[in-house]
Amino acid sequence: MTATTTKVTLADVHVGDTLPELAYRVTATTIVLGALAARDWRPMHHDYDFAVNRNGTKDIFMNTPNQAAWFERFLTDWSGPTGRLGRMKFRMKGSVFPGDTMVLAGTVEQVDTDETGCGWATVLVRLTVDGELMTDCTARIALPTTDDDNPWTRRGDQWRPVATLGS
Amino acid sequence: MSDLPPEVEKLIDQVQYEEAGEFPVERGYIYTSCSSVENGNPLFWDDAVARAVTDGPIAPPTMISVWFRPHQWSPGRTEPGVPLKSHFDLKEIFELPEAVMTDNTIVFHEPVRPGDRLRTRQILRSVSQPKTTKLGTGRFWVIDVEYLNQHDELVGVESYTGFGYRRGEA
Repeated sequence: MTATTTKVTLADVHVGDTLPELAYRVTATTIVLGALAARDWRPMHHDYDFAVNRNGTKDIFMNTPNQAAWFERFLTDWSGPTGRLGRMKFRMKGSVFPGDTMVLAGTVEQVDTDETGCGWATVLVRLTVDGELMTDCTARIALPTTDDDNPWTRRGDQWRPVATLGS
Repeated sequence: MSDLPPEVEKLIDQVQYEEAGEFPVERGYIYTSCSSVENGNPLFWDDAVARAVTDGPIAPPTMISVWFRPHQWSPGRTEPGVPLKSHFDLKEIFELPEAVMTDNTIVFHEPVRPGDRLRTRQILRSVSQPKTTKLGTGRFWVIDVEYLNQHDELVGVESYTGFGYRRGEA
């Protein structure tokens, strides 16, 4: 378990900053646990024969919601619990299989404050295996603008998770 | 000009499958999800932190789709439950036996909390012309899923891009 007691504020973050890299050795258990935790019973995430002979992939592979969960963990390991995800968009160009060591690396692409005063960092996260890009993810995460600010208190029109991020 | 069959054309931008989740948001799945990715965020493990930061426990935002996925079996169900029924409808209509997801966009609104009962609805946004990839020949489609809580508050919107395909000859 990672310790996420840090609290990154907007002033701490600058365009070009890199997030601490995460490398993780993926096993069949990683894939199956992730799929079942997401209530995803589709066989390509737990049945080798189905994945190979029906899907045409080389093995069972990590499912979409579990990839999202890995990205969330990666981002909030960095931001601490006051970081609040607003939007996440990712494209899976390749699959993550048992035996892979996946590496998540992130770079801050934009830092801004919206019209409500909410602070945002836009982070590009790349999930690679052996240096090959498998998934890229653009995430917009709200960060406190001061030590006593907390993005989680925002509701209604004070919370605008879609502004400024291109589709 | 679109080559889509009328039965698909008429589904574009139409709300389908408005349904309630089969069980309330609960902490067992939250712990299992966090465990699956070794997520030690104290929001999900330490109630004192959750009280201070999020006014009580919440679910990890990216778990949003967990709450609408049906049981594989339940009393009276004769076929395995499948989520994102619109996706499986398109596979059937186009006679594409295999499918994978390629893109996912999630916008997070109100936090999801243990005890919440979410409702969802699916909206088909687009279907591509036939395409050939390394997996086979088929079509891409985009389906949005909107999630609301028991207070009719929007908690999130997901957009999936799926690729339904038929494998090429070896």
